[in-house]
Amino acid sequence: MSEELKDPVKMIVTPVRCEYKFTPGFASQKFLRAIEKGKIFGQACDGCGKVYIPPRGACGRCGRATNLEVELKNTGTVVSYSVIRVPSENISVELPYVAASIVLDGADISIITLIQGCAYDEVRIGMRVEAVWRPEAEWGPSLNNISHFVPIDEPDVPFEQVKELS
Amino acid sequence: MSESPSAADELLRADHIMEYAYKRSLGPVLSHFFTGLRDHQVFGIKTAKGRVLVPPAEYDPETGDATDGFVEVGPGGVVESWSWVDKPKPKNHVQEPFAWALVKLDGADTAMLHALRAPASDHVSTGMRVTIQWAAETTGCIQDIACFVPEGKS
Repeated sequence: MSEELKDPVKMIVTPVRCEYKFTPGFASQKFLRAIEKGKIFGQACDGCGKVYIPPRGACGRCGRATNLEVELKNTGTVVSYSVIRVPSENISVELPYVAASIVLDGADISIITLIQGCAYDEVRIGMRVEAVWRPEAEWGPSLNNISHFVPIDEPDVPFEQVKELS
Repeated sequence: MSESPSAADELLRADHIMEYAYKRSLGPVLSHFFTGLRDHQVFGIKTAKGRVLVPPAEYDPETGDATDGFVEVGPGGVVESWSWVDKPKPKNHVQEPFAWALVKLDGADTAMLHALRAPASDHVSTGMRVTIQWAAETTGCIQDIACFVPEGKS
């Protein structure tokens, strides 16, 4: 490469920003209205029986409309997780922290959430966890009503069973 | 199966913002380009066939061969193509009506996209001569070029 310039610029900031209005469909709307009241509703496919959360109104496997509302529990199983050690703007959680995919009991697909209430290196696949809700006064039509998940005192789900969940 | 939540509720609607504040490390070629902008110079780079790419690229997009040798180009150039923006978006760095223009700087073989300021769209035409108007303060970013303006009128 040719001559070096003095005091070279080595980094640029290239922000990407997209502002939009989000209108949920019928299925997401039902889910959001329920979570606003502290309840978690998925939808089941009457073909294969899979339970989706948040529901999108159709079964990704069968293509059928998912019309059966299913209330899900506050408990679930960790099927995958990541330890985050790098800070991000707008995230105030203390480092390192754990983001995990959790399959709620009764559901067939996972949601992504934070796990707290234990050391980050104690989190493991198959661990049983429970939702911690924010104070009711702060609830809105959002999955953010659940602040994070904490471990519960139950035996881990064996890996072979976790494989079927994920 | 439990009781279904009411579907009769008012339709929800929310403002969403998706934003990533990427920091990009430049590498030697783009570092040279942005350092040049900071110092009020525009650099292109030569391909093996002798074409000058502006902005410079690490490789010749036609052959995949590495490029080598910076060449200063501009600050004047020719509008190759343009599109008038009557209502700038909040994020556009020019907040009055302007043109997005492909400008081939003098000495370059490729055109670069930037804002062109003109009093109205009938002052803009393909083939017109334009020149760079530098930002009041230059820091090493593409906005160091505040905009292009018609040559002789800056």
